[in-house]
Amino acid sequence: MEVRVANVRKEFERFPALQDVSLDIKSGELIALLGPSGSGKTTLLRLIAGLERPTKGKIFFGEEDASQKSIQERNVGFVFQHYALFRHMTVADNIGFGLKVRHGPTRPSAQEIRRRASELLDLVQLSGLEKRYPAQLSGGQRQRVALARAMAIEPAVLLLDEPFGALDAQVRRELRRWLRDIHDATGHTTVFVTHDQEEALELADRVVVMSQGRIEQVGTADEIYDTPNSPFVYGFIGESSSLPVKVEDGQVWIADRPIGLSAPQAPQGEATLFFRPHDVELVDECNGCIAGTVVASRRVADTRRVELEIGGERQRVEVELPVDHPAAQKSRIAFRPRRWKLFPAA
Amino acid sequence: MTTAPAKARWRFRQPSVIPGFGLTLGFSLAYLTLIILIPLSGLIWRSAALGWADFWAIATDRRTINALEISFGTAFIAAAVNVVFGTIVAWVLVRYNFPGRRIVDAMVDLPFALPTAVAGIALTTLYAPNGWLGSLLAPLGIKVAYTPLGIVIALIFIGLPFVVRTVQPIMEEIDKEVEEVAATLGANRFQTIARVLLPGLAPAIVTGFALAFARGVGEYGSVIFIAGNLPYKSEIAPLLIVIRLEEYNYAAATAIAAIMLALSFVMLLVINLVQTWSRKRYG
Repeated sequence: MEVRVANVRKEFERFPALQDVSLDIKSGELIALLGPSGSGKTTLLRLIAGLERPTKGKIFFGEEDASQKSIQERNVGFVFQHYALFRHMTVADNIGFGLKVRHGPTRPSAQEIRRRASELLDLVQLSGLEKRYPAQLSGGQRQRVALARAMAIEPAVLLLDEPFGALDAQVRRELRRWLRDIHDATGHTTVFVTHDQEEALELADRVVVMSQGRIEQVGTADEIYDTPNSPFVYGFIGESSSLPVKVEDGQVWIADRPIGLSAPQAPQGEATLFFRPHDVELVDECNGCIAGTVVASRRVADTRRVELEIGGERQRVEVELPVDHPAAQKSRIAFRPRRWKLFPAA
Repeated sequence: MTTAPAKARWRFRQPSVIPGFGLTLGFSLAYLTLIILIPLSGLIWRSAALGWADFWAIATDRRTINALEISFGTAFIAAAVNVVFGTIVAWVLVRYNFPGRRIVDAMVDLPFALPTAVAGIALTTLYAPNGWLGSLLAPLGIKVAYTPLGIVIALIFIGLPFVVRTVQPIMEEIDKEVEEVAATLGANRFQTIARVLLPGLAPAIVTGFALAFARGVGEYGSVIFIAGNLPYKSEIAPLLIVIRLEEYNYAAATAIAAIMLALSFVMLLVINLVQTWSRKRYG
């Protein structure tokens, strides 16, 4: 089902957790809400679920205004980071809970509920564990049960709050792929919250980057990574280096030297230059380039990450070199970013 | 622990890095022996001196049986009542923030601290036919003081903190998320409480019940004032023991005591087994 968040504002005791957020989620889409802690991503998820009520604005499920509905009526599947399974119920009872609490004719028979539970257990690859109690399962298994329980009610939208946050790296990667498969198989509109950008970029159709109660950028993994539209997104997604620069006559300057980048469109004055440490070209003759003194060099997986001090201000930036590059031995390195972006200084 | 051979041999003591096992176990055993085991075995020893036939005669005496019935019956009813209202009190204290919450919280402990005789006298004054509450109930034909009903009320008073104080910490631990998830799955408030919250609290409630019940069975001070102590009607077993002692009939006193001991032990054992079972299941 389509979900539309329209100009929603949420305050907690006068403190704004979300300010005027709007977001359109297409039916069947897998969306990630990504941001640092305190960015409002969990608040937005809880507002969609109905676990919080917006201070202002509305949330639509399809054409219906869901903000007027209670949590029970919204029919959302919610999965918490710490599973929130019912400890005193078996796995099968946990999954069937949402069907068992229905009233009247909408409630399936006990037999049907059991059948549905074991069907969902097959889907989350936990067949045969019906009779176990949550205490007897591993973290990864518990989270799968929680997901099966959320899907049992055929939710209009599936909401996951840091679903893999409490699991170790190995299980996380496994479940990530598995969640993608499940989503492709069932086609539930799914929104998940994460602070792990790798998870968001790998898993989601579209990523919503949030900061300080606002949406910074919405886009596919490629759009977010290749064309960040704000200094925050540039800094938050992937590795990045930044330098304070000046724009004059369509050229980018550091202190009193042009660095060989032309920016005819950029407004005159102070600005910040962003680039990816791995997306630079080294130059020998510094005729319009960025040059700096090597202060540190670290081996990171297949590359060597070199920290440079630039100019009299001693601004630090990082560049990445191939491990066996001769420049890594030098005390001074000159380079020019291949791809970069300027943002006017705030 | 990891170096244990494949076929684990039973060992008296699991290897552990925490020192002092021998010392603390030795101390615990010596202490329990001194404080609990020796006095109780003395009790059984004294009653055994009575001989089987005499013991049986005392045990099956109408007055003894009635006293035991009243003691255990009233304690059971009072503990059951406390389970309901104690849980509600704990709920209010844990879930809501209201002015005076701390005062109410402190008030729950009063029955612990108050000399039981004071409680007994206060309750008797209230519920006596000419007391504040007693005079209101009397026209309705309800007699509280000097009847088993009075005993129940005294035991409710005494037992309340046991239930509240055992349920309260477990209730505080309940994850808000469990309730939220129940709501998203479509459960209304009543269903959430009945199917999700209460079952999770059951082990604590059972413990609170056991403590309130055990306390009620042994209660003496507050009950004798309000009970009226009519033999066969409102005479509790502990009082009967005291009466026998005053008659210098030590054998009969210890015999009744031994029966109470056996009954209490069996009931607490059953309650403990229920708890172990539920803990094993729900972890």
